[in-house]
Parts: sequence; structure tokens; C-alpha cells
Amino acid sequence: MDEMKDAILEYVADEYIDEDDEIELTADTALISSGIVDSFSMVSLRAFLEKKYDVRLPDGEATPDAFDTVNSIIALVQKHLG
Amino acid sequence: MHTEKEEVLSNIGSYEKRCDGFDWGVSKEILSWKDGELLNIGAICSDRVCARGWGDKPALVWEGFGDKKRTYTFDDLKLHSNGFAKLLVDIGIEPGDRVCVFMDRIPSLYFSFLGILKMGGVAQPLFCAFGDESLEVRLASAGTRAILTTQKHVKKVRKIKDRLPALEHVIVVEGDRSKLKDGEGFFHVESADRVEEFDVFPADPETPSVLHYTSGTTGQPKGAQHVHDSIWGQALTTSWVLDLRDDDVYWCTADPGWVTGTSYGIIGPWSLGVTQCVLDSGFTSARWYQFIQDHRVTVWYSAPTAIRSLMRDGEELAGKYDLKSLRHLASVGEPLNAEAVVWSERAYGLPFHDTFWQTETGSIMIANYPGMEIRPGSMGRPFPGIEAGLLDLKTHEELTEPGKVGLIAFRPGWPSMFRAYRGEPEKYRGRFVGARADATPDELRTDTGLWYVSGDRSSIDQDGYYWFVGRDDDVINTGGHLVGPFEIESALVEHEAIAEAAAIGKPDEVNMEVVKVFVTLNAGYEPSGDLELAIMNFIRKRLSPLAMPQEIEYVEKLPKTRSGKILRRYLRALEWGEDVGDLSTLEDD
Repeated sequence: MDEMKDAILEYVADEYIDEDDEIELTADTALISSGIVDSFSMVSLRAFLEKKYDVRLPDGEATPDAFDTVNSIIALVQKHLG
Repeated sequence: MHTEKEEVLSNIGSYEKRCDGFDWGVSKEILSWKDGELLNIGAICSDRVCARGWGDKPALVWEGFGDKKRTYTFDDLKLHSNGFAKLLVDIGIEPGDRVCVFMDRIPSLYFSFLGILKMGGVAQPLFCAFGDESLEVRLASAGTRAILTTQKHVKKVRKIKDRLPALEHVIVVEGDRSKLKDGEGFFHVESADRVEEFDVFPADPETPSVLHYTSGTTGQPKGAQHVHDSIWGQALTTSWVLDLRDDDVYWCTADPGWVTGTSYGIIGPWSLGVTQCVLDSGFTSARWYQFIQDHRVTVWYSAPTAIRSLMRDGEELAGKYDLKSLRHLASVGEPLNAEAVVWSERAYGLPFHDTFWQTETGSIMIANYPGMEIRPGSMGRPFPGIEAGLLDLKTHEELTEPGKVGLIAFRPGWPSMFRAYRGEPEKYRGRFVGARADATPDELRTDTGLWYVSGDRSSIDQDGYYWFVGRDDDVINTGGHLVGPFEIESALVEHEAIAEAAAIGKPDEVNMEVVKVFVTLNAGYEPSGDLELAIMNFIRKRLSPLAMPQEIEYVEKLPKTRSGKILRRYLRALEWGEDVGDLSTLEDD
């Protein structure tokens, strides 16, 4: 769980946040509704998750709400890990 | 609720009567315009509204992420746009200079847009999610002299500034001034000295006002130049199509980096003195509904992509919010499917009214009108005073038979029509069927014997309703935004692993189309999930999230003509399950 959280946080920090953005990223930081990750960029985040965890996240569940925080993303990925 | 609202007569009233003997002068009546008044869109949207006695009326109700909320009156709009206008004059910007606005939908975006126009500059708004490469080609093409941006986005400007000799001024309008680099200025309008009065630039009807870039099939994006005369088209369509009235609270969800966000997210509503709301945060259905509920939004202009996302989250969610304030809904950006119209009637008690227009047209050309029958799935009928038609796909002869598919075209002469593609007169001339090879831009825009061809295909039914069929070129319409395949392909081949690339639009339930690319790899590279993700992020950062491929297909070779040109239409036809057409020019294996 913590390992997954760290991996997702690291990916979001590396890909969507600049070093001097001064955003304190936690597992509860809003990603979509804050504009850190826009709805189009969500696709690459989803691709990262599907590849890294070898899961398929259905279209109907990979929604902006489900991707809004790292914690909600973890819940979605774990649901589909089987 | 719905029935009671429909009993109120719409602004347009009878469509047929409005078409009969139409004259654009009616727009001046709607604005209570008097001969000899100062023409300048920036002042019409602020100073003039104050002069009509509405200075203390809310102009902008703004919310940003993190519970930030502000309300600005028309007096504030006048004051803060004056502040930006004075700043630009003080640093030496002259009338006609291009000034780029590159920021999120913060209040300063709106103030600065009006301020640029007030001092006679040309406002060049750009979508702030553009990466540095997309930004560079647009600033280079425009010869932009100044850019107004924020601490968050100035980093992209720093990467390219040395390659833009015309760009003399980089002004940061929000953020920490201690983080600025040498040569950058800082200006926070709300903390600056108040500028109560500003000597507004008296524009001629043909004085350039707004420069919007739009993508095409070939080459880099083109700058569609608009003029101050556009106000008549924008104000009238806002009144008759969006049905805005003095007491409305209006929400246009478009970003001013795109033409909807300026024509109908700034100019149209504010020229009429209407209060508008702006939500500067990412999309979630719950957030949008909460915003409508909190601000008692009455008229909502949005896009099919957003509507389909709301549909996906269901009627039940909509039912949790008080949305009874809504009285009119409209949509733009791509065709609105019939299911979305029917669904919105169920979910909100109101149908979305589809509208059709483009960056080049500057204002709505075809629409479903308030109080008029909506045919779900149809774009509606031409705006009064707009002569529209369909042209044969090959001969460009006008089609008269209902149901036949042709190119949507308009007779030139409406006020908000673009006046040029900046620096590309041949491309401008190429949009007019029947134009003489030596016709000047002024002749082209006024010759009502010509047709301006939109690049979209449609049919017309026997009652004159237009039904969208698709684009007539390779441009990708994703989420209502046009993305040029050439831009994507050019950026892709800059990736070390990619030898050749072709970009097309593939069908998508929510966004209509998304970008799919076909690539061949350089020696030493193998297809992999890691490479796919790296390519996606490479394009997202260099161009924009809109241009990011959502699918990458590795191929051994790309289909080409014998002369070596990549056959995108062949790839697209295969993707869409359509007839691949004439392949006689296809290169042999």
C-alpha cells in the first residue's frame, strides 16, 4: 500500500509538477479539480498505472473524481488488482 | 418549471421575422448605440457599461481552486483594464502590437484582455496548457512584443525567449516577484496605483483586435486576425442565440485561449452588461453542479465533451443539486449528439441547444434558437443575415437537394469574420471559392458572390436544418479543440526513438476524437510500454495535453504515396471502418 502510494506520488511529482511549483503533494492533494492534472493528461497517468500494476481500469471507473487524489487512485487500482 | 420558463418570449422571438429584411444595424439597437460613440471592444465591455449606469453591477464572479472567490463589478473591470492599458503604454507598446495573454482563467486574464484592446494593441490569448514548442511557433508567427503571464507559466517562456527577437517584454502578473529572472517585469494590477481614467484608443472598424491561432492539416497553426467591427456580430448572436438578458447570470465554460472563450466568454456578454461567472479549476461533475447552484447560473454555454462527461456521471448526481436557476443551455465545439440533447432534458428539464461556428467566423453561424424547435443531433439553421449553403465536395457547385452531403460555406460579409491569416495571404484566399488570384483581403471579405468554405461537411434537411457529417480535412477535433496532425508529427520525429510518424483522430465516446499516432522506430529501439508512456509525456509537455497521443501503434512502415507523402486518410479510414477510397497513388511494397 505504502509502496504503491510512494510510486504514484513520485510519478505525479516527476511528470506533472515542476520543481519550483511549491506544491506540497500528499496522497490527499486534489489533482484533477486543482488543475495539477487536466482531464487529457489523466490518460497518461492511467497508462502509467495500467502498465505498472498490470491492471485494466475500465472507462466508466477511470473518471476525474476517481483520479482526484492519490488515495482515490489507490482505491481504484486495488479494486482491480484482483 | 420548464413550461413556465418557455412562456417567457425569447430575445429572438420569431426566427422567420428576424430573417426577413435582416440588417446588422439591429445589433446597434440592442446595444443602444449612438452614432459617433467611441468604437473599442475593450471600452465597450467596461467603460461603456459603467457609463450606462451599471458600474456597481457584478461583471465577473470568479472562483479558483482552494476556495478562492472574488466578485468584480463593471467599475472594477474599468479600473483594472485601465491599469493594464496604462502599463502597456508605459513600457512602450504601441497600437497594433501583439500582446500575448498566457495564463489560467484568473481575473487578470480578463482585465488584461480588455486593457490590451483599450490601448489599441492586438490581444493574442493562448491556452496556458500549451507546452513551450506550441507557444514558440505562435509567438514567432505573431511577432509578439509582450507576453503577460504568471509565475506558474513563465518557465515555458524562459525556455524559448532567446529565439524570439520580437519578444521584448515578459510581464508576470501573479505569483512571487522575488522569483523573477533578469529582464522580467512584475505587475499585480490590484495592488498597483488606481487608474481611474484612461485615454482609450479610438479604433476604426477594421482595426485589428484579437488574434487567435487555429490548426490546419498542413504547416503550423495560422493566426486568424479579427477586428473591432466584430462586436456587432458577437453582441447580436449573444442576445439572440444565447438569449442573455440584463438580469442573467451567465457561465461560458470555455477557456479564452480559444475563440469561444473570447467571443462568448468576454466580448458578447460584457458588451451587453451581463454578469458572468468563471470557474478556474479542473473538471469534475460535482464541482460544476455546485458552482451552478452556488451562483444561481441562468444561462450555460458549454461543450459536448463536458456534457457527455456529465452524462456519464448520471442523472442521480445532477438531482443532488439545486439547478432550477438554469433557463437556457447551449453547446459548441463539436457536434452535439442527439442522446446528449435528450438526456439534458431529462436531467435538467432543459435541452442543450447546439451551435456551430469557427475561429475564423468569429461568431455563431448556425444554431438552434431559444423558443424554436430543436431537432436533436442537428446543428440548427443559419443565423439571420448569414447566407449559408452546401457546396459539392469536388466541383464546389452549390447543392440544392436535401440530404446531400457537401461542404458548409458562407457568403462573406458578416461583421465578425476574420480579416486575414497573419502573414499568409495565399492561405486566406484559399478559403474562398471563386476568388480571383489577385483578389485583396478586403475584396475577399466583402464579395458576396464568393463562398467562404468552412472545412466541415454537412447535409441539410428539407426544412433547412443542418446535420454535421465530419471534417473535410485531416484536422483532429478533440474535445472541441482543433489539433493539427502536422504539429504532432513534427514533434514526434524529434523524439530520439521515432523515425517517422502519422497522426490521426480516432473515435472517442467523450471527446469525439482523440489523437492516435502510428510510428516507425529508429534502429536500436523496440516497442514497449515504457516507450509508449515516454512518447505520450514527450508530446504532452512539448505541445499540449490535447495533442498527446492516447494510442500509439508501432508499424514497420507507413503508407505513402509514390511521391513519399504519408497517406493519413488511409490510416484514418481503416481506424473508422470507412471506405479507404482511391489507392492508386499508394506506394508499392
